[in-house]
Amino acid sequence: MLGWEFPPFNMGGLGTACYGIVKGLTNNNVKVTFVLPRIPSRFKGNEKVENNNKYDIIIAEEEANVKKIIVPALLIPYITRTKYNELSVKEKTSSSGDLYGKNLFQEVIRYKELIKQLYLKGVLDNFDIIHAHDWMTYLAAIELKRLSGKPLIVHVHATEFDRNGMRYGNQKVHGIEKEGMEKADAVITVSNYTKSVIISKYGINPQKVFTVHNAVEFSSCSPSENFEIKKHDKIVLFLGRITLQKGPDYFVKAARLVSNVIPNVKYIVVGEGDMKNQMIRDVVRLGLASNFLFAGFLRGKDIDRAYRMADIYVMPSVSEPFGITPLEAMRNGTPTIISKQSGVSEIVNNCLKVDFWDVNEIANKIIAVLKYKALKNELSKHGLIEIKKFSWDKTAKEIINVYNTLLRAQ
Amino acid sequence: MTKVCFYFQVHQPFRLRKYQIFEVGNNSNYFDEQKNRFVLNKVAKKSYLPMNKLLLNLLDENPSFKVSLSITGTVLEQLEAYNKEAFESFKELGKHKRVELLDETYYHSLAFLYSKEEFKEQVNMHKKEIRKIFHKNPRVFRNTELIYNNELAKFVEKMGYKAIITEGADKILGWRSPNFVYKPKGADIKLLLKNYRLSDDIAFRFSNKSWKEFPLTAPKYAYWISSIREPVVNLFMDYETFGEHQWKDTGIFEFMKHLPEEFRKNKVGYLTPSEEAKMEPVGEIDAPYYISWADVERDLSAWLGNEIQNSAIKELYDMEKEVKKTKDKKIISDWRKLQTSDHFYYMCTKWFADGDVHKYFNPYDSPYEAFIRFMNIIQDLKIRCENKNKEKTKSKKEVVA
Repeated sequence: MLGWEFPPFNMGGLGTACYGIVKGLTNNNVKVTFVLPRIPSRFKGNEKVENNNKYDIIIAEEEANVKKIIVPALLIPYITRTKYNELSVKEKTSSSGDLYGKNLFQEVIRYKELIKQLYLKGVLDNFDIIHAHDWMTYLAAIELKRLSGKPLIVHVHATEFDRNGMRYGNQKVHGIEKEGMEKADAVITVSNYTKSVIISKYGINPQKVFTVHNAVEFSSCSPSENFEIKKHDKIVLFLGRITLQKGPDYFVKAARLVSNVIPNVKYIVVGEGDMKNQMIRDVVRLGLASNFLFAGFLRGKDIDRAYRMADIYVMPSVSEPFGITPLEAMRNGTPTIISKQSGVSEIVNNCLKVDFWDVNEIANKIIAVLKYKALKNELSKHGLIEIKKFSWDKTAKEIINVYNTLLRAQ
Repeated sequence: MTKVCFYFQVHQPFRLRKYQIFEVGNNSNYFDEQKNRFVLNKVAKKSYLPMNKLLLNLLDENPSFKVSLSITGTVLEQLEAYNKEAFESFKELGKHKRVELLDETYYHSLAFLYSKEEFKEQVNMHKKEIRKIFHKNPRVFRNTELIYNNELAKFVEKMGYKAIITEGADKILGWRSPNFVYKPKGADIKLLLKNYRLSDDIAFRFSNKSWKEFPLTAPKYAYWISSIREPVVNLFMDYETFGEHQWKDTGIFEFMKHLPEEFRKNKVGYLTPSEEAKMEPVGEIDAPYYISWADVERDLSAWLGNEIQNSAIKELYDMEKEVKKTKDKKIISDWRKLQTSDHFYYMCTKWFADGDVHKYFNPYDSPYEAFIRFMNIIQDLKIRCENKNKEKTKSKKEVVA
């Protein structure tokens, strides 16, 4: 499996999903060789290093059914070309010179070469299926398929359309995504919503596309974690990358309307992203500077604390292939407003659903939750009940069905 | 000889439009006229008109055939406003001498649970309306959703009714059969109990292909009834069963059309609720707690089972004094239209995660959506009451001055 960093070292939902899927698969007795890129400066230092000429290949954390192969590369989920350039400048000064790609695409190609070397050196165990997550791994995965002749599954967690608010984004990225999906024997999408995007925008044959929804683990939120929260004002939470895809601008507009009705509401923004400055400017322009608090990027328990502090969590995404955060909010008993333009809205009921562009309705629903206590309690209570029906085990079983379909076809 | 008593419930609520908090204080138009008109016309076409015609034919062809109907004030208002043809057709049917009409709350409300005074006013409103349109005087009472307990029986006895209808729920019947006339504990009227198995065979299972008795035919059904050998089988169901819940292509109309003929062959007769009310009761039924005809629980949980439902209805009835003080016809009727039980049914979260019958009947996206509209509207209604009552005290003061 070609995937991404697990929590707590991940950024965003992709790592969480990879972790859940691997855990679910191994629980169902599937052996996984999990290959992932890691930025060298983030190495912990205690990894077992195998010197392999030009590249350092690091194999760490070999468990019963999982072998993790960590490869130094400047790839992290959701990285943009600009961010890559910043990162490579930083990394080059700290480590081994001009090893890395001049730009993101070169790095993706370098990653492909690296994986090819691993295969040829026999570092990758015998595998029956190649399973790759999101576009940056597709070229490597296609190469593996070519070399090994094994069936390929690409797992689509997001497309270039989602990342660009349903507009055509980068043509190169689009091209790699399309190539991956075309060359794959099966495509797994995280929602029917995304399935329809890749059928209509990428022209992929619907017969080889399978929807497998993500999940959330209920047990990972321990009840003994009792956060003492002292607060006076109601809190509305935005949590996610501050990018076009996540609809931060709609959040601010809705906040303005809410504050017209209930003035002393606090809006907490958790996350970073390229639209942060614009968001701050909008907040100031709309006279909401004293209502907004930008908390930056949070991890682990701090995220749970943010959910629990909030009276409501809002995910106004313009296009969200799945959206794990609403499930995390519900797991913390936080009432949730989600965009109808999301995969998660296909599978949850005990939340409020809105069109991301309908800021009046977003505000109407925020106000309703803040104003009508019974609504808040009911959403919280039923959200907690509903969340228990999701599990990565179930997701993994559906993935195994796709595996079996491909293996039978061979 | 076994007799059947058909009673059909005719009802439509005034559904709410999407009412946002920003409209509070600016817009007192609460109801989704377009949707209500659409639903009424759809149901009229698929169910009311063909079924009225079918029943009128059966009444013509079979001198012993009888049915009874309970028609709410809210559906009558909508029929009159949106579909004159259906309204006239109900008028013709309701005036027929072998069609009995029942009384209930005009607004199909849960008023008995929250305000006896309001309940009484709504029952009297309904009585008046039925007399005005159909020139009939109902003797038998049915409460919204067949909600019932001992106290209600006593209350309607005082209002002069001879009998009351409710669900033949196992929890009040125990080992006894619903196919007899009973008397409520503590009241000297008759209690007529729905035979839910035979009623639901038509209302819910008729088109269910996985039911082992599928397909249900008129001869088979008439045979079942005739082999009961108990005095009366009460077949109570929604009128919309015919053509709306069970679509025409299920054969539901054909089934009904042939039923009287099969009943005749099997020597099954007919009774109306007020005829049953003249029979001797075989025993007493004790219902200290509320029951209803809804869901497997047969209790109030479909309307009052969660926090949003309870808080919405409480807020509504807490306004009663203020609303009535305004003496404003429009304010009072708006308030009353909000009492229709459907509004609370739409807020039901029981099994919402699985999606089921509640979802099918819900015109909004979710129970939460239903609650938000309702509560926003109440905020506006409160403001209207305040303004009106302020105005009144002001003008009173001016008069005094």
